[in-house]
Amino acid sequence: MTSLLAQWNYFLVIILMMLGFYAVIARGNMVKKMIGLNIFQTSVFMLYISMGKVSNGTAPILTGDSSTVYSNPLPHVLILTAIVVGVATTAVGYALIIRIQESFNTIEDDEIIELMDDDEAASEGRAS
Amino acid sequence: MGFIIDATLIAFLALIAISALRRKRLFGMVMLSGAFSLVAATLFLVLDAVDVAFTEAAVGAGISTVLALATLSLVPAEEKPHSIAIVPAFLALTTGLLLSIAVSDLPEFGAADAPIHNHVAPEFIIGSEEKIGVPNVVTSVLASYRGYDTLGETVVVFTAAIAVLLIIGGWTRRETETAESTEDDHAG
Amino acid sequence: MQDDPVIRVIAKVLIPTMMLFALYVQFHGDYGPGGGFQAGVIFAAAFILNATVFGLNRGRHVWPARLNLLGVALGVLIFGGTGVATMVLGENFLSYNALSDDPIAGQHLGILLVEFGVGLTVAAVMVALFFAFAGRVSHVRLLNKTRAHEKTLAEKAKGAAND
Repeated sequence: MTSLLAQWNYFLVIILMMLGFYAVIARGNMVKKMIGLNIFQTSVFMLYISMGKVSNGTAPILTGDSSTVYSNPLPHVLILTAIVVGVATTAVGYALIIRIQESFNTIEDDEIIELMDDDEAASEGRAS
Repeated sequence: MGFIIDATLIAFLALIAISALRRKRLFGMVMLSGAFSLVAATLFLVLDAVDVAFTEAAVGAGISTVLALATLSLVPAEEKPHSIAIVPAFLALTTGLLLSIAVSDLPEFGAADAPIHNHVAPEFIIGSEEKIGVPNVVTSVLASYRGYDTLGETVVVFTAAIAVLLIIGGWTRRETETAESTEDDHAG
Repeated sequence: MQDDPVIRVIAKVLIPTMMLFALYVQFHGDYGPGGGFQAGVIFAAAFILNATVFGLNRGRHVWPARLNLLGVALGVLIFGGTGVATMVLGENFLSYNALSDDPIAGQHLGILLVEFGVGLTVAAVMVALFFAFAGRVSHVRLLNKTRAHEKTLAEKAKGAAND
């Protein structure tokens, strides 16, 4: 129980992560999937940043005082770049959603699968 | 004290996330996702990651909301009604349980003697002062110690922009016109 | 929105301030929170605000697409070029010590150049993404309008033929 209390931050972040994960795999609407992916992504960032935290530490900007405790700067660097890369890849996802909407006139994945099955059946019928 | 602040912020985040996922209208969902990013930025600030908080506030709450809104003006405004899906919910619960078991092996939250604080991080903090002379350790690690990594990330951002421009950019006028005419042919 | 005087005036005050703040974040990143990634995004946000308030065409006029593409590539080139320069000067790739006689001055110069490259790429990429998405929206609207117009024309012609 003591260890559970000592790691509360990680467990709370995992709950957030699973909310995002559920949205990605359960929802058929592609924009909703992307939002779920964003929530998932941000939660993973929180997990990393939690690991870098040192109790009674301060932000890793040197003060010149040798007794200052700094939090770990390495996770900050990794996540900083990951956020910007994340938005760039999210933009690719939205661009694909726009193209899908223009081609299929829907962004619900079950409807798209139906349309593709119809298309396939039609082309097979033509071939035979 | 730290526990109360963090737990309150994470509870806010969970509330926003659940409310965003329950929403049928996509517009409200996108705005809530922007709010999620803003609260997440506050949490990063509490956890001493000032640079990350800055980036999350500018990118997550700003640019990504703008891009999502631009997408929304081209797609249907509402989601098809769904009931709670049992299998994905079960999968998410199982994954969460497995992750919780894995996480319980991690060192205590905030422990100063955790392995990640004792290997490269002290070198970065000392070296940033003596060898590089830049007070912001995050900048010196980002640009100097892990320069390869940052170069790679910059190339990823570059590639993503090229990909978006190729997918929806309308690279030149003539090319978009041919794309339209083929679409029309397909529709006709 | 383009006719609202409040938004127009506030935007005119805000846009230069945002750009100045972006430059501050860019070049003060060594001493406080900030750096190329954040500065690039804030700089791009100024152009995005300009385009949302004053219209896409005026936004494009201020920041032409060709110049933007050049910025996207030039940022990565500056970053990689700094690495190649250190190699030419006899050190490893991205070892900024070689850039100056004093290692610390070399590191400062190297970090400044690299952060500038990152900032340029990120700013240009964000502006490019916004214009790509917003351009698609106005493109599709125009297309729908033309199609509706063609439809009414065709119906009119049909009606005339029936008469």
